[in-house]
Amino acid sequence: MSKMHVKLTVNGKAVEALAEPRTLLIHFLREELGITGPHIGCESSHCGACTVDMGGRSVKACTMFVAQANGAEITTVEGLAAADGTLHPLQEAFREHHGLQCGYCTPGMITRAYRLLQENPSPTEAEVRFGLAGNLCRCTGYQNIVKAVLAAAPVMQAQKEAAE
Amino acid sequence: MIPGSFDYHRPATVQEAARLVASLGEDARVVAGGHSLIPMMKLRMAAPAHLIDLQGVEGLAGIAVSGGEVRIGAMTTQHMLIEDAALAQAAPLVREAALQIADPQVRYMGTIGGNLANGDPGNDMPGLMQCLDAAFTLVGPEGARQVRAREFYFGAYDTARAEDEILSEIAFSGHAGAGYAYEKQKRKIGDYATAAAAVLLRMEGGRCAAASVAMTNLADRPIFSQAAADALVGSPLDAAALDAAVAAMQGDIAPGADTRGPVEFKRHVAGVMLRRAVARAASRA
Ligand SMILES: Cc1cc2nc3c(=O)[nH]c(=O)nc-3n(C[C@H](O)[C@H](O)[C@H](O)COP(=O)(O)OP(=O)(O)OC[C@H]3O[C@@H](n4cnc5c(N)ncnc54)[C@H](O)[C@@H]3O)c2cc1C
Ligand code: FES
Ligand code: FES
Repeated sequence: MSKMHVKLTVNGKAVEALAEPRTLLIHFLREELGITGPHIGCESSHCGACTVDMGGRSVKACTMFVAQANGAEITTVEGLAAADGTLHPLQEAFREHHGLQCGYCTPGMITRAYRLLQENPSPTEAEVRFGLAGNLCRCTGYQNIVKAVLAAAPVMQAQKEAAE
Repeated sequence: MIPGSFDYHRPATVQEAARLVASLGEDARVVAGGHSLIPMMKLRMAAPAHLIDLQGVEGLAGIAVSGGEVRIGAMTTQHMLIEDAALAQAAPLVREAALQIADPQVRYMGTIGGNLANGDPGNDMPGLMQCLDAAFTLVGPEGARQVRAREFYFGAYDTARAEDEILSEIAFSGHAGAGYAYEKQKRKIGDYATAAAAVLLRMEGGRCAAASVAMTNLADRPIFSQAAADALVGSPLDAAALDAAVAAMQGDIAPGADTRGPVEFKRHVAGVMLRRAVARAASRA
């Protein structure tokens, strides 16, 4: 079983490496590329801590072989802040609304919320809860996470409109 | 949680994929979304030497609705099923069920073909497709054939699909005008069903003119219950008819005890799901 040549775009940068096809994307990101934003919570497709954005979909990087991701464009939580370090509106809102305690679930929550708000720019509270149902948090009780996502939505909208 | 090693293939056409499956034989598995197969591989309950990824196969993903007939490519994800406006109009039962499968991340990857080919009695799509009387197209080395959903499932992970066949398309008639409901009891969001019921029915002059009933995770395969449907047809869907339908359905299912509960509990929940599904379908008919 030979290694394969994989080429990905991660947070806007082209990446090439030799990897065993069976390498899970989460291990490839964390161990091969040193991108440790996405976390490993359960490693069994349940907690969402490993969520990354792949080609416009929120995916659990623990349930994807690097071979399947070959050629894809991936965004992790590291790719959300602006080049000058200005936090993304979601990151700002999580800080402002106390949307994290230990922070373990946060990269997955924010990355998932990022995609949710691209697809549904002004969701209701129920839609936020349903949209984040694949992400578990052991600390916050979710209230402040939901608040943060709802608060970030209009800011992201305004930024988008300003850019147009 | 390190799966076994394998060689990876990404064919571009369904013929090339079928040839690979045929030539690599038992050691090969196709992977669609991977959200049933990869968990099994991590547990080493599956250890294929070759993984044939269908993601690059031309023409396998997509939804076509025309003249009330629906055709869905096997690689269409659950997310795509939920987002498709034409499908939601022609067969809203599919969207209602897809929204109750797993969680958003799983639905971005999990495909209708993988869900149907998998053969896990916990999967929601097989019962749904039996309710809709769907037909599956299987492509093998000798060409394509069709098998009806109601004749596809023999037991857990045991289906009419030969090892060298690829499920390429799912076809069924839309159900515009019919009442519909998918009722699923689960322990938490993202869980498989403790029991689920898919129901379609048509009403004429206050009486049920046609019905279709299928149950999920209540046997080693999905259960299409003709007897439950027969108990509903001709009735005004009154209490007697509902009791008769539940009794008939109970005769067709064979749940086993597991972490979701003992047999008595599963039978109880199955009855509750069927009653709710019939009531909601009737309210929409
Ligand atoms: C946390 C979690 C929760 C879940 N909850 C639910 C749930 O509530 N309800 C539910 O129904 N499912 C649930 N699933 C399963 C999920 O829906 C899977 O995505 C689905 O069962 C399989 O689809 P897939 O595309 O991922 O298939 P894969 O995992 O890629 O494949 C599954 C099997 O089918 C075979 N196969 C795939 N495609 C084809 C094809 N076109 N032709 C022939 N063989 C094929 C593969 O070889 C494999 O044996 C859950 C999964 C997870 C991880
Ligand atoms: S680590 Fe991937 S879902 Fe938990
Ligand atoms: S903040 Fe600790 S798990 Fe969510």
